[in-house]
Amino acid sequence: MDRTLLIISTLFFFLAMVRTAVAIKARTYHAVGFNFFAIALGFVFQTAFLSVRGHALGRCPLTNLFEVFVFLAWSVSLIYLLIGSAYRLSLMGAFTAPLVFGLQAFALLAPIDRPHPMPVAPAPWLELHASVSLIAYGAFALACVAGLMYLLQERQLKTRQLHSMFYHFPPLTDLFAAITRLLWLGFVLLTVGIAAGFFTGQPLPYVKVAWSLGVWIFYAAILLARHLGTTAPRRIAALCVVAFSAALTLLWGITFLSSTHTL
Amino acid sequence: MKNLFCVGLSHHTATVETRERFVGHAAVDRKLREEAGCTEALLLTTCNRVEVYAAAEVPVSTECIVRCLLASGMTPAEDETEVFYRHEAQQCVQHLFRVASGLDSMVIGETEILGQAKKAYAAARESGAAGPYLHRLFQRAFRVAKQVRTRTDITRGAVSVGSVAVDLAEQIFGNFETRKVLLLGAGEASERTARALAKRGVRDIRVTNRSAERAESLAALICGRAVAMQDWETHCREVDILISSTAAATPIVTRENLAPLLHDRLDRPLFIIDIAVPRDVAPDVNEMEGVFLYDIDSLQSIAQQSLALRREQVAAGEEIIAGHVDDFSGWFVSTRERMRRAAELPEASLRASES
Repeated sequence: MDRTLLIISTLFFFLAMVRTAVAIKARTYHAVGFNFFAIALGFVFQTAFLSVRGHALGRCPLTNLFEVFVFLAWSVSLIYLLIGSAYRLSLMGAFTAPLVFGLQAFALLAPIDRPHPMPVAPAPWLELHASVSLIAYGAFALACVAGLMYLLQERQLKTRQLHSMFYHFPPLTDLFAAITRLLWLGFVLLTVGIAAGFFTGQPLPYVKVAWSLGVWIFYAAILLARHLGTTAPRRIAALCVVAFSAALTLLWGITFLSSTHTL
Repeated sequence: MKNLFCVGLSHHTATVETRERFVGHAAVDRKLREEAGCTEALLLTTCNRVEVYAAAEVPVSTECIVRCLLASGMTPAEDETEVFYRHEAQQCVQHLFRVASGLDSMVIGETEILGQAKKAYAAARESGAAGPYLHRLFQRAFRVAKQVRTRTDITRGAVSVGSVAVDLAEQIFGNFETRKVLLLGAGEASERTARALAKRGVRDIRVTNRSAERAESLAALICGRAVAMQDWETHCREVDILISSTAAATPIVTRENLAPLLHDRLDRPLFIIDIAVPRDVAPDVNEMEGVFLYDIDSLQSIAQQSLALRREQVAAGEEIIAGHVDDFSGWFVSTRERMRRAAELPEASLRASES
């Protein structure tokens, strides 16, 4: 039952993705709310899935890699729905939908939905740590999306080859401001998430601690470079893409390799 | 039986000299109804077209409409009626929808035509020349035009050098209110661009020129301020947009003199519009981080790209129009049939009572 909800949700993101791809190919892309509504509907089914799964488990559904990916996809949609309206909805959605679809398709197709060997007792601090950290990842994912949009637009401006999508992009300086705000949002949430991890009362998993601090330091460095004004916006945008790709790969690696890891 | 038709000429079929002869006169409305026999008539005139949209119970010839368009005392030249086209019923509806949407315009996607059509319709309503058929037809045409504009990219992208520059600036900076502009050289082209930027909200425009007097007078015209030519580098540190149009024989702005100016403003883009020929800005400046350089050729090339993009959107616009044409034609045929039956009914009952 719960997987059906997730499949329906994934189909909505797929629909948004395909419609955008077809429109871009036919050069008939125009900013309407379709992506926003498709993502909103996808989000409703994601929430329903997490709710059903959470009730079944009796705790926040973050007990295996499958749930971690779905929760991350949910966080991305949540941040998009909260802030997307500020940045020309439709185009941000055109970039967000494929990311969420990719995350959920991977979660559904990979054999990672294995029940935890032992029932996992509710642990409020651990759940707070995991969920807030993943919402931070959602903000970083959106910063990555905005970074990609920045790089694409900057490239078109530099080469003077303007695609039909060009005039649908938010202004370059607004996009950079959005990247900065998303980086700060993600950074603050990640700091809270990491801090909550120290109150779980459990022995610290050192690999995970090192990884979390590594991600935290990477984003702190990006923010520092941003505010010192010594790094060009294009490089900040590229760093957002690199940082999120690296963090996502590490998240998968660490969670996958750590057999005792329950988040 | 009521019929709907359009007779007209446009830049596609007639020269400007011919179009001038048929721009219409005060008595056109009256002549179309009283002399030609139209029950409803509307005249749409722009610099590129003269068209009559009409409804009539009896057949009205093209020659008759052409004569009505000419002021009294004028007669059409021998082959002049040949430049007129005529669209009947469904074709007439389709033609108006295309015209209102800017698909038939000289610059595809231009929006001025919609305002002109609205004005023509308002005038016809006021004079009582537009009745229920034209009312419905034009209301639908305005709706179709709006849909074509919002659902396709037909109006996207500027098609003149000045507006391309302003559009690009908007795409880089968004809001212009806090942006600063420096005009290097007070040429006519840079004046036009600066005026367009001021119109969009730029408040801080600085003008520098070899002739301080010219700088002062241009600054006064665009509500800017004149600054000394030798200080342009200092101002360049602060501005977001640099418009250059001097008569210098060699580039004034080079990587070498720009690099130190940009060093402490790495997070703020600099948009350079070089309208001068020969160019004022060395082309390799575009390779610098955060600098977007557009010269006259690249602006013209974008204007061409936009036009090509608009042409690509015509098919999508036609598709929207086709749906509305079918819908309107359905309404027209059923209404005409209903009215015909209503007119026949009293006659039939009269015959029945006589027999």
